Amino acid sequence: MSNAAAKSKYIQGSTGPWEIVIGLEVHAQVLSKAKLFSAAATQFGADPNSQVSFVDAAMPGMLPVINRFCVEQAVKTGLGLKAKINLFSIFDRKNYFYPDLPQGYQISQFKHPIVGEGVVLIDLPDGGTAKVGIERLHLEQDAGKSIHDQHPDFSFVDLNRSGVALMEIVSKPDMRSSDEAIAYVKKLRAILRYLSTCDGNMEEGSLRADVNVSVRKPGGPLGTRCEIKNVNSIRFIGQAIDYEARRQVDIIEAGGSIDQETRLFDSKNVETRSMRSKEEAHDYRYFPDPDLLPLEFEQAFVDKIAASLPELPDEKRERLVALGLPVYDATVLVGEKEIADYFEAMLAAGAEPKAAANWLNNEYLGRLNKAGIDIAAGPVPAASNAAIVCLVADGTINGKTAKDVLDIVWAEGGDPKRIVDARGLKQVTDTSAIETAVDAVIAANPDKVAAAKAKPQMIGWFVGQVMKATGGKANPTAVNALLKARLGITE
Amino acid sequence: MALPSDLTELTLAQARDAVRSKQVSSRELTAAFLKRMEAARVLNSYVLETPDAALKMADAADKRIASGEARALEGLPLGIKDLYATKGVRTTACSKILENFVPPYESTVTQNLWNAGAVMLGKLNMDEFAMGSSTETSCWGPTVSPWRAKDSTAKIVPGGSSGGSAAAIAAHLCLAATGTDTGGSIRQPCAVSGIAGIKPTYGRCSRWGIVAYASSLDQAGPMGRDVRDCAILLKEMASVDAKDSTSVDLPVPDYEAAVDKGVKGLRIGIPKEYRVDGAPPEIDALWSKGAEWLKSQGAEIVEVSLPHTKYALATYYIIAPAEASSNLARYDGVRYGRRAEGIHDIAELYEKSRAEGFGKEVQRRILIGTYVLSSGYYDAYYLRAQKVRTLIARDFARAFEKCDVLLVPATPGPAFPFGQNEDDPVAMYLNDVFTVTVNLAGLPGMTVPAGLSANGLPLGLQFIGKAFDEETVFRAGRALEVAANFTAKPTEWWKE
Repeated sequence: MSNAAAKSKYIQGSTGPWEIVIGLEVHAQVLSKAKLFSAAATQFGADPNSQVSFVDAAMPGMLPVINRFCVEQAVKTGLGLKAKINLFSIFDRKNYFYPDLPQGYQISQFKHPIVGEGVVLIDLPDGGTAKVGIERLHLEQDAGKSIHDQHPDFSFVDLNRSGVALMEIVSKPDMRSSDEAIAYVKKLRAILRYLSTCDGNMEEGSLRADVNVSVRKPGGPLGTRCEIKNVNSIRFIGQAIDYEARRQVDIIEAGGSIDQETRLFDSKNVETRSMRSKEEAHDYRYFPDPDLLPLEFEQAFVDKIAASLPELPDEKRERLVALGLPVYDATVLVGEKEIADYFEAMLAAGAEPKAAANWLNNEYLGRLNKAGIDIAAGPVPAASNAAIVCLVADGTINGKTAKDVLDIVWAEGGDPKRIVDARGLKQVTDTSAIETAVDAVIAANPDKVAAAKAKPQMIGWFVGQVMKATGGKANPTAVNALLKARLGITE
Repeated sequence: MALPSDLTELTLAQARDAVRSKQVSSRELTAAFLKRMEAARVLNSYVLETPDAALKMADAADKRIASGEARALEGLPLGIKDLYATKGVRTTACSKILENFVPPYESTVTQNLWNAGAVMLGKLNMDEFAMGSSTETSCWGPTVSPWRAKDSTAKIVPGGSSGGSAAAIAAHLCLAATGTDTGGSIRQPCAVSGIAGIKPTYGRCSRWGIVAYASSLDQAGPMGRDVRDCAILLKEMASVDAKDSTSVDLPVPDYEAAVDKGVKGLRIGIPKEYRVDGAPPEIDALWSKGAEWLKSQGAEIVEVSLPHTKYALATYYIIAPAEASSNLARYDGVRYGRRAEGIHDIAELYEKSRAEGFGKEVQRRILIGTYVLSSGYYDAYYLRAQKVRTLIARDFARAFEKCDVLLVPATPGPAFPFGQNEDDPVAMYLNDVFTVTVNLAGLPGMTVPAGLSANGLPLGLQFIGKAFDEETVFRAGRALEVAANFTAKPTEWWKE
């Protein structure tokens, strides 16, 4: 870090630096076939009102019944967040009127959530890590969807989402920059995906965040916060924080004060706008839902889930580092579950970890990025990339040929080993064949030979010529050694 | 048994035996009730008669009886309180806001009854959303009690909220009926209508498909002409239900078998706190007489104390409206039920639909409930009420260390004339003073006809049992019923 000030987390105002304080409430849709309190399906994109039970539509006399699987998912997530699991929790009613809230209340957990305090280790862009505290995680129902653009006089309501299970994951106000907030959401999403408790799909609304932002003089008392509701992409979260922090600094420095309020993020104009003030805030009249008994389970239930917990990103990274990978490479690989799975599949197919990591990070992911393709949809199976890495490792092909083979598999598919055999791409290790080529190049270029003796770096030119003459198949190490001997280069 | 010329005089137990032994067909029995219902419409006990469906069910029952497959209630015609969702049959909770609501589902309790072979005669009147003690708040107009005070033609109320059920049973417009009881809605109308009824332990019957008033207090129960009929009916109504998390998975005993076991050796608790100031002396006198009757049958009378009784009514009128204010939020005019005309935005849709759809008493309770749950008031009202509720339940637990069942009055007096408490909700609420404690503690409570007031109207006494010990309640109820020998009947003035 050459310029510490430029990298500082503080933002500069006319009166000096300001610190941003950020806390996030992430709503993560529980990965479950059925809703939190009904058996209706939860599939995304179904026809409006095709996945609605009598309970979801709040018909008279209908009662909620807790979906055990959703409870397991919440516990699993809590364990993944290294959090305290509460063996006793209570569902409350949060009362307010809205057309897409059929019951007139949302069943949520207010005073006694299922999961208490935990911690998430975030990976910062500069390679460092930081801890973000988890305040709590609770289960609650999602609302339906109001649709206002279908008719000039009427609004429509789609209740498919009504009653779908959400986990609200509340962080402590531990983040100090949009970068940290982004790193937190990325890490949280990775953990949820590793656990298979939420698909983390922000476009489909499976993961959304309410962002709490305040500013203060470094080390000073906390400022008044504003809550930016329902931000649904990681990029928007960063933009919303940066805009909101600057807005608050400008107001305070102009002699004003911040009103505690709920705001929304306008992604088109990249700004936050007031939604409702504290005075307009609902009185939700929380009280324990008398239709549901307190949620109680034994420690054995938690232990069983704990025993089935998959390896999480931090543990996986540790393991990869122990395999000899640089921390940076390991962090990149574990950041996305699909990439980590792909990497593991390469190892399983016999690739050596370091070589596999290099190949995946430098070659394959680069190509995918360029083509704008997700790894899950990529054209080359992990086994094929592993085969290429192995072919390089055992000296069958050299690095340059490896890239060519990847190009062929990418475009045409096929087994790398067969491609190498069929197209004669094996590198030449036969010393006499290389000797012939080396001698021919030296004989044809006496002036270059003289120059090389004076300037040993010139050997590169000779290597290129020999490779050209052998169709790129010569073993570069052997070529180098022979050339050095012939040209009398000793170092 | 020789059949009476009027089949509607049969009790449920008698009718069951007569139908099963093919002395009479379900169709004949059902037709007799349908005919009597028609002649008694002035009572307004039914808000919907379903004669076609009833006869169809009766015919199906007769077929099963003929093939020797009779079930527990095969062919027995019942009335159903309009709070129970009945599939394809209008269910309104006697509220304008649901005036045209036809549920596409059947409540668990009524489904249990149909599975036992029972026949539905129609839907019975009640106070709107079960909020009331007189059945005067129904959107379909009040039910008139078949009873009249001595030397009077004034209309009196049948009690409430299950007043339609009580009137229909007292006037023999069904063999028995379902009721629901949140603060006394089965026991109070039974007591003032000269019939028997039990609110079982909370969780004994499923609440699924019953329009909710106050979820932690609501409980379904049977109402019948005598204790045995209630026992027979409760056996079929009760069940654990995966669709109701608050229903309890305990075996349902054969209640009828318990009915005749007598009270010899039973310890009957008399809580002194149920002697309230201002109650008419005849209530106290009846209570003492009841204790005497049981004692003479071999029961032991034990004085017990329920010290928090005096807070019960206030506690009830915080908790019940609080839950109701939330339970009734779903009636918003958006998905079903009444929607106001000529509205321009969503706030107006809510306000007008609810203002037009809910009656005065329902609105009052929604407002009270909203208030007591509001931030700043929650701790002082709702939270404190919950604490008192715990104390009330503890009172009962301690009392039951000394006795097996409690005997208390059912109501502070006999049924009152129409409109008497119209402008004084607190006076109306006082009707529940002896009944709400049972709901707050979740215990079974049964009222049994015990005598007549000075002006010739029925009075009842109430038994309160331990949780899930309905059997002892039935035993004690039957013993008192036998001793009281309540044979008074309303004169059939409505036939004139």
